[in-house]
Formats: sequence, structure tokens, C-alpha cells
Amino acid sequence: MILEKVKGIISEQLNISPEEINMDTAFEDLGADSLDLFQVVSEIEDQWNIRIDEVEKIKTVSDVVNFIENNKQ
Amino acid sequence: MKKAKISGVGCYYPDNIVTNDDLAKIVDTSDEWIHKRTGIRKRRLSTGENTSDLAVMAAKNAIKNAGLIPEDIDLIVLATTSPDFLTPSTAAIVQGRIGAKNAACFDILAACSGFIYGLKIVKSFIESGAYKKVLIIGAEVLSKILDWNDRNTCVLFGDGAGAAVFEAAEESGIETVNIGTYGDKADLLICKSHPLNNPYYKEDMDTFGKISMDGREVYKFATNIIPEQVNLILKENNLKIEDIKYIIPHQANLRIIETAAKKLNVSMDKFYVNLNEYGNTSAACIPICMDEMNRHGLLNNGDKIITVAFGGGLTFGAALIIWSK
Repeated sequence: MILEKVKGIISEQLNISPEEINMDTAFEDLGADSLDLFQVVSEIEDQWNIRIDEVEKIKTVSDVVNFIENNKQ
Repeated sequence: MKKAKISGVGCYYPDNIVTNDDLAKIVDTSDEWIHKRTGIRKRRLSTGENTSDLAVMAAKNAIKNAGLIPEDIDLIVLATTSPDFLTPSTAAIVQGRIGAKNAACFDILAACSGFIYGLKIVKSFIESGAYKKVLIIGAEVLSKILDWNDRNTCVLFGDGAGAAVFEAAEESGIETVNIGTYGDKADLLICKSHPLNNPYYKEDMDTFGKISMDGREVYKFATNIIPEQVNLILKENNLKIEDIKYIIPHQANLRIIETAAKKLNVSMDKFYVNLNEYGNTSAACIPICMDEMNRHGLLNNGDKIITVAFGGGLTFGAALIIWSK
């Protein structure tokens, strides 16, 4: 469920198809630069009402999903 | 009640054009990196002119464009984050140099939102009848407060000045201005003034006088505040986005504007953008855009334009102007 929502956010922010995204996908491989990642992280923070302080540690989709699972209220 | 009608616009910037490739010789960066993340290709940087020098030229151009002489002006409001002096105000220096001897003068500091804050002052002062012909200037030599070792900030900004003259008139003009501040987020974009250095206390000198910014948080703030402020203006004036000819956003970063356009569900064509040429000139961005648009014949009488800005403070604001020059 979290993965599906995260895929939706990434696909909308980066203009790519959700089918191209899985747990192992690295943002770098999607051509995402730091601002793209800001954008994705901002949406995720708003959706789950959480705060991701160390954006530089987010490398893959699983990093995002794990963070949400560990920090959501 | 009289309204504040726009009657003249003008701008001025230093001759020295600095490309991204030029900056790559100073800090570890590249044209590709800067352009992809910001949309900026070049900026103007001072080779000696100070903020008042740019402001004087922009002011002269705007007064001439309004068909007035400096003595006609009864108030000068100047928005800057990079004044020549702590005192006198930059507005006072401009007044003396252009000979606007009948004008009261003061500076305002609202960072990149300074021009919108100025519009609020102009609207209020003209509608109250206190002043009739007001010169508002946004002028910056930001290059003197940039950290030329910080590649994340020094590539973003440029030097320049823009000015506009507003006059009391029966016609339309500045219709609505909203301004606000999130002071609890003041530490996200800062430039410290003088160190406390007196016989009783000595402060470390190193961190003073240079801009530093939490880029991520400011980016997030900016991409949210633009659509929020534009929608508020539309709602208050019972307008649809289709009724607006142009949105003039603060020229910080193309990606911010693109994200805001997406959130507003409007085409980028509606946004006037010149940051590729000048970078972020803070309080000067919006009047420089207005002057360019006027010179390029993009604005006709009756056109509704929204201008929206955000900056250190954190400050923000937006205005609805009906063009009636």
C-alpha cells in the first residue's frame, strides 16, 4: 500500500510510468537530481505528515518506503 | 477613492555579463549543473557600482517613462537587502542624486518580497490621500553579500534594479496586495549584519555579511506559497486564472515556477520569466520584469496581472495590478 502511493508520487513528480518503479529503483537511475528528490520528499512529508531530515541518505525507493514505515504515526 | 495607477516603469543593471561558464572558473560548478537545477544561464555582476548607483538609473528611467520630472515625486520607497549604508537609507541617496527634493524617503527590508511589500505601502499611502506620486524601487547589489566559496548560493543571484511610478488616479491600478511573514522560519535564509564588537563583548567575525540558505526548505516554501497566494488573490477578486494575462513570479528558480504552474494547473506561458538572463535579483526582479514586459509591448491597458514573491523572513506576498499606463 505504501509502495503503491510512493510509486504514484514518484511517477507524478518525475513524469515517468509507475511500471518503471520498484523497491530497488535508485532515484539516480530515474535521472532524478537533488531538486527532483526534494519534490518527492516534500510530497511524502505532506502525505504522511512526517519529516525526513537527511534527504541525502535517500537513495532508493526502498529507503523511502522503509522510512515511512518506521516513522508514520 | 483614488487608486494607485501605474504610470512608469524602468530598470537598470550593470554591463558586466557573467555566464555559468565564467562562474565555473571561480567555484566548482558547470553550466549544465546550474542550468538544469535553476534555469539560470547568466547574470549581471557589479564591477564597482553600488546599490544606489543602480537604483538612481532605474529611478530616472521610470520617472521619464511616466512623463514626470523628479520634483513631481512626493514619496520614494526603496526595497533592498543590500543597501549602501545602514544610514542614510538608499532611498535618501537616490532622492539627492536625482533631485527629487519634494519626496519623503525610506527603505524597506523584506528580502525578495520587498517590491510586493512596497506595493502595499504605495497602495495604502495613495488611497489614503497622503501621497500622490510615488516612486518605488527594488535595487540590489547582492554580489557583495554572496559567499563566493558556496557554490550552492553564489550561482543563484545577480545585481540589478527596477523601479515603478504610481500616481493617484480614478482609473484602476493596484487592486489587491497581500503580504505576510513566517518569522518562526527566519533562520532558513539569513545574512548577518555587524558583529557585536564593543568594549564588553567580542563576537566571531567569520559568519557575518554573507547569505546562507537552507535550499531545500526554502524551495518547499516557495513551491507552496506561489499557488496559495495566487489562488487567494483570485478568490478575493472573484476571478479565474483565465482572467489573468500574466503572472510575474519572483525570479528565484525556474523549477520553482514550473512546480507552481503545475500545482495551479496553468501553462508556463502565463508566467513571465527572465531569470535565465539575470538570475535572482531579489527585490529588483519584479520591477525589472514589468519594465521588460512594457518595453516588449506585452501589456495592454486593462490587462490583469498577478505578481507574487517569497523570500527571507520568510516573507511572501502577491498583488493584483490592472495595467493602465
